[in-house]
Amino acid sequence: MTRPISKTVNVPVADGDGERYTLKMGPQHPATHGVLRVDLELDGETIIKCSPQVGYLHRGFDKIAENRTYAQSLILTDRLDYIAAMANNVGYCVAVEKLLGISVPLRAKYIRTIVCEMSRIASHLLWLATHALDIGAMTVFLYCFREREVMLDLFEELCGARLTFSYPRIGGVRQDVTRNFIDVLQRFVAEFPTHIGEYETLIDTNRIWLKRTVGIGVLSAAEALELGLTGACLRGSGVDYDIRKHRPYDAYDLVDFEVPLGSDGDIYARYRCRMEELHQSARIIQQCIDQLPPGPIISEDAPDLVMPLQGQRKVEAGSSTYGTGLIRLLEDKGEFPVGDIYVSTEVPKGELGFYFISDGSGRPYRMHVRSPSFIHISALPALAEGSMIADLIANIGTLDVVLGECDR
Amino acid sequence: MGEVKESGVQEPALIEIADGVKKIPGINAVLGPLNMLVNWGRAGSIWPMTFGLACCAIEMMDAGASTNDLDRFGIIFRASPRQADCMIVAGTLTKKMSPVLRRVYDQMPEPRYVLAMGSCACSGGVFNSYSVTQGVDTIVPVDVYVPGCPPRPAALMQGLIKLQEKILQEQYRWSLWR
Repeated sequence: MTRPISKTVNVPVADGDGERYTLKMGPQHPATHGVLRVDLELDGETIIKCSPQVGYLHRGFDKIAENRTYAQSLILTDRLDYIAAMANNVGYCVAVEKLLGISVPLRAKYIRTIVCEMSRIASHLLWLATHALDIGAMTVFLYCFREREVMLDLFEELCGARLTFSYPRIGGVRQDVTRNFIDVLQRFVAEFPTHIGEYETLIDTNRIWLKRTVGIGVLSAAEALELGLTGACLRGSGVDYDIRKHRPYDAYDLVDFEVPLGSDGDIYARYRCRMEELHQSARIIQQCIDQLPPGPIISEDAPDLVMPLQGQRKVEAGSSTYGTGLIRLLEDKGEFPVGDIYVSTEVPKGELGFYFISDGSGRPYRMHVRSPSFIHISALPALAEGSMIADLIANIGTLDVVLGECDR
Repeated sequence: MGEVKESGVQEPALIEIADGVKKIPGINAVLGPLNMLVNWGRAGSIWPMTFGLACCAIEMMDAGASTNDLDRFGIIFRASPRQADCMIVAGTLTKKMSPVLRRVYDQMPEPRYVLAMGSCACSGGVFNSYSVTQGVDTIVPVDVYVPGCPPRPAALMQGLIKLQEKILQEQYRWSLWR
């Protein structure tokens, strides 16, 4: 019996037949970078309507912070954006210092700048690893984690933790950097551009990567501004806005660096922006190491933290544990201003702002976190609607969202 | 085999590759009681589901990446619960996420194991708030707890080795074979 010769079958194109259906993507999905749920209304494979559903990782940061002193809330900021926890810590400390009027010694400013940029490198490497993995490049994932591990080992040497540091303190940093830390970091910074070149060799002109990124998820500069995007998502559209440059904090006004800008506003432009930022971060770290001044690492105005370092903890007799001692020390300071303040810093994702309402007690009456991921996730419909469903993965990746920070 | 015995040639010694599981040298075969063989197979190929929720998921990825290679243990991450034996709950479980966790657990075929990674998954951790489930063991049965905030990749590996030890000692838990 002969088999019938296969005929060319005309598969009807599903698009445009008017039959719509909904698809719930997530919250348990390997490519949503956490617990994001996206409700999709599809026509064939074209996304008609896209609405992100957040809140699956809502832990109540704002409310917990109201019941804690300013020093105690520092550990919560680690868990906001856990990929770049150091930048979050620094952002929180900068905000509280501005509220309480504490000035930071110069050496501490430089150390903070170093750890912030290390955090940026670690965050961008993880972004590149997962973004490339989502699109299908497995090797980049393994390469990026190799260098990220060096960063995490350095963090561990600095403060004992790999991911949740709580290393900066209100008024300075906790411990001084060691000689070995500086040596290893300098070696890493010197060879890091070579590693960036390795990643670029893998994907920069890769045909599949270009097909998946060039011309996908385009946002014009006006649209990006209207959506409130910050960070590389905004700079990829060509808007020159970087808080490190325009409202400098710590030692960013003392070092020389450039703000890389894209022009096309597509996924590839944002990818190039972040890769250039890696180069700039290495440059900033090198300059900070060269300029690192001697001196104290924590301000005299920060009583709760100076005392443990100098072995002079004035813990009252009634307070048995370290925690309660810390509460009293801060609340007894009695110099808390009344009013509100908003201070923002540039974290790897974008602009991270802390808004405090202080009623004069030692605890914030209200703490609000302006997290870049929450703002960025609201740009997902603008990116995804009208595109194919496969591009949604690339669009989520390019926004670089962390759901811990988004849901808080 | 009988001829070999009569001619006085000694039988090749069996190599014990695991507790009760012996390999016959030269050929591709293992010998042992069925329960031990099955346990050995299960312990050597744990396929965990990536239930990455929060911070610990980053360390879980790190454990699977180039420096700490989890493939050495026969552990390959699967994205679908239908293909998984073990669920690594990595991170804070909120009350909104709890039904999803239960549903994914119910979708996994038996034998199934749960590894709670991190303080939040073990007990709620620092988040004693209105929206956080105080430990995943209130939702699903947990086999191994790995404390830490977050645990290092080495700690996760230790937890997985403990799970392997637990699997190797199992009897009558999942089926009726003897």
